[in-house]
Amino acid sequence: MSLAQTDKYYLPQPSLWPIVGSVALLLMAVGGAMTLREVDHGGWVLLAGVTILLFMMFGWFGEVIRDSEAGRYNKQVDSSYRWSMSWFIFSEVMFFAAFFGALFYTRVLSVPWLGEGDTMRQLWPAFQAAWPTAGPGLTADGLRFTPMGAWGIPAINTLLLLSSGVTVTWAHWGLKKNNRRQLVSGLVMTVVLGATFLGLQVYEYHHAYTELGLTLGAGVYGATFFMLTGFHGFHVLVGTTMLLVMLLRSIAGHFTPDHHFAFEAVSWYWHFVDVVWVLLFILVYWMI
Amino acid sequence: MSDAAHAPDAHGHPAPPGGIMRWLTTTNHKDIGSLYLWFALIMLFAAGSMALLIRAELFQPGLQLVRPDFFNQLTTMHGLIMIFGVIMPAFTGFANWQVPLMLGAPDMAFPRMNNWSFWLLPVAAILLMSSFLLPGGAVAGGWTMYPPLFIQGGVSYDLTILAVHIMGLSSIMGSINIITTILNMRAPGIALMKMPLFVWTWLITAYLLIATMPVLAGAVTMLLADRNFGTHFFNAAGGGDPVMFQHIFWFFGHPEVYILILPAFGIVSQIIPTFSRKPLFGYASMVYATASIAILSFTVWAHHMFAVGMPVAAQLFFMLSTMLIAVPTGVKVFNWVATMWKGSLTFETPMLFAIAFVCLFTIGGFSGLVLAVAPVDIQLQDTYYVVAHFHYVLVSGALFSIFAGIYFWLPKWTGHMYDETLGKWHFWLSVVGMNIVFFPMHFLGLAGMPRRIPDYALQFTDFNQIATVGAFVFGFSQLVFLAVVLKAIKGGAKAPARVWEGAEGLEWTVPSPAPYHTFETVPAVK
Repeated sequence: MSLAQTDKYYLPQPSLWPIVGSVALLLMAVGGAMTLREVDHGGWVLLAGVTILLFMMFGWFGEVIRDSEAGRYNKQVDSSYRWSMSWFIFSEVMFFAAFFGALFYTRVLSVPWLGEGDTMRQLWPAFQAAWPTAGPGLTADGLRFTPMGAWGIPAINTLLLLSSGVTVTWAHWGLKKNNRRQLVSGLVMTVVLGATFLGLQVYEYHHAYTELGLTLGAGVYGATFFMLTGFHGFHVLVGTTMLLVMLLRSIAGHFTPDHHFAFEAVSWYWHFVDVVWVLLFILVYWMI
Repeated sequence: MSDAAHAPDAHGHPAPPGGIMRWLTTTNHKDIGSLYLWFALIMLFAAGSMALLIRAELFQPGLQLVRPDFFNQLTTMHGLIMIFGVIMPAFTGFANWQVPLMLGAPDMAFPRMNNWSFWLLPVAAILLMSSFLLPGGAVAGGWTMYPPLFIQGGVSYDLTILAVHIMGLSSIMGSINIITTILNMRAPGIALMKMPLFVWTWLITAYLLIATMPVLAGAVTMLLADRNFGTHFFNAAGGGDPVMFQHIFWFFGHPEVYILILPAFGIVSQIIPTFSRKPLFGYASMVYATASIAILSFTVWAHHMFAVGMPVAAQLFFMLSTMLIAVPTGVKVFNWVATMWKGSLTFETPMLFAIAFVCLFTIGGFSGLVLAVAPVDIQLQDTYYVVAHFHYVLVSGALFSIFAGIYFWLPKWTGHMYDETLGKWHFWLSVVGMNIVFFPMHFLGLAGMPRRIPDYALQFTDFNQIATVGAFVFGFSQLVFLAVVLKAIKGGAKAPARVWEGAEGLEWTVPSPAPYHTFETVPAVK
């Protein structure tokens, strides 16, 4: 460690960043609601909120990084970060669980129910309950779509993400051996793999909307498909951004072989995103 | 961010900035605890006023004071604010004040994030309350936010969904902070099974919050998408199902019920031993009972949905798992009574509220058991019996425990004893008023009066009038509480470090009022 660590738990001074963050979220919520209801200038309010939020994250995280590099975080603080990151990832697991739960419920329970009984015979007698579906009403109205195949882009993306799990671990080994070159090149590869994944997903969405007729509005298959893969893609974006920050910090000479929890936290997060993708690949793309 | 201009105190800390900036930028667990508690009190009066308006309308059959649509807004907002704006923030305020003091920690694990967890709540409150002024008024679909009603409303529905997201963010960050503090910041010697029971209940509550708030966030995100982005999660025409929302919502909602009561169990478990001058009876069984309740709470959600229709096997499962929760709850009630058994009892205000909690919460627990029986529930669903049930657990349960805790720790926080006479007035007015409001509702519900309706059939008039009178007694007696708190802050008899004769624990070893920074050096624990 660069500086001697104290035994006392580090207590930060009063900070303006949280209240800046609150103002940002207020503007984002108001601007978001205005945009949804098509009130004038809603987009600008939303943009202002997002800008302030990014400013807040930049400032706040910068302060934490400076605290850390100044050696103010002792072993106990490090342990607090480990606990909190684990619990944060657990909360993310539960967030995805809500959407996987919706997928399970519709596929296994509610869509089959729609294909049997008196309600079906009265309302939608022609409906054949099978997955994937746009639902009885939309199908009767003539909505048609092609589901996303598993063995094109999704399979390539699986390969990309699984490889990125390997490269980030390889970078971690480099950090532990104090081999900067291995650390930096491992991170570069991971960021490139993450960014490629995102690019391919954008292409896949474009393909779905323009050629397959697969949209958010394509019944419950479209809804679950885009919400699950969309939130996952957002997490890949966040993860890639965090990896990029780790890369820049590594180039700037941050981290030591035995004091680098920020890096580990990001790699935990990255592996979590990886596992979610494997579940997505199996349950959303493959088993249809 | 600014630290140069202020004179350091005796421990070498710069003094906090003055005025409003102290509260906006604070990273001190005691300041933040006070902020949570004041926020909860203000929201209590806001949502309480809505309840009084509801009761005033229900004083007579027919429509007197408010339009039915506004009545629905009142019931919806009353529920949302009381749950997310009063009970949960108040308990988090207690956790902020007490967990570091009880564990010998210098502060919460993440003081800056602690500040943000609080300051997100006013944002959510602004989004919720301002919707009263918007076209179409506030949300009127019930606090449970069921589709299709919640998909059809105007802009306030979007604002409410976003407010729920922000409150969820606040709860998740607050819970991660609390759980990390408990797991990582205990003074050496405080093993898990030596922690005060209040800390144990909060540890388990924080776990429940982290597990369920994201599920609620997912549910309302699907609502938002169905409203605005053309998805069909809750629309059968697109292959979705409105009942699916209820399943996801109550997967959050039932653990949420225990989020609202487990810290109450913790507070009461601190108070009863103190005024019985005996250690808590069955400490280990209390811990295991709390954990059992938390685990079981994930397996009972569909008992809120018996009337929606489900396979008989599912009805039986949810009915029996719900009844199973009565076992650990019974263990707790038994232990509280056994703690008092042959104790050297005195009846200061905190103890009075704690005893009222044990008696009245048990009534609410029993009516819950009645509602757990699926065939009975199908009769009582959406009647005033349900209203009576959950107000017995939330008012005489959660809220009374909050009053008990405030009276118990106020001398430690302010350095002054509260006015015992006024406290007793507050207690008796509250306990009598509360029972006058909610006890007749059992009869109304059994006789078939539906909830969430501004009008009713003539034969329900008498009990409704009694309830309304009780509501005003109960509501206005809370002004006595406000007076007691203000009086204790301004002055009063000096409180010693060990405020109560029978009080045990680290928080009673620091002076009253507790200094701004405590336990900067690790305390010695036997």
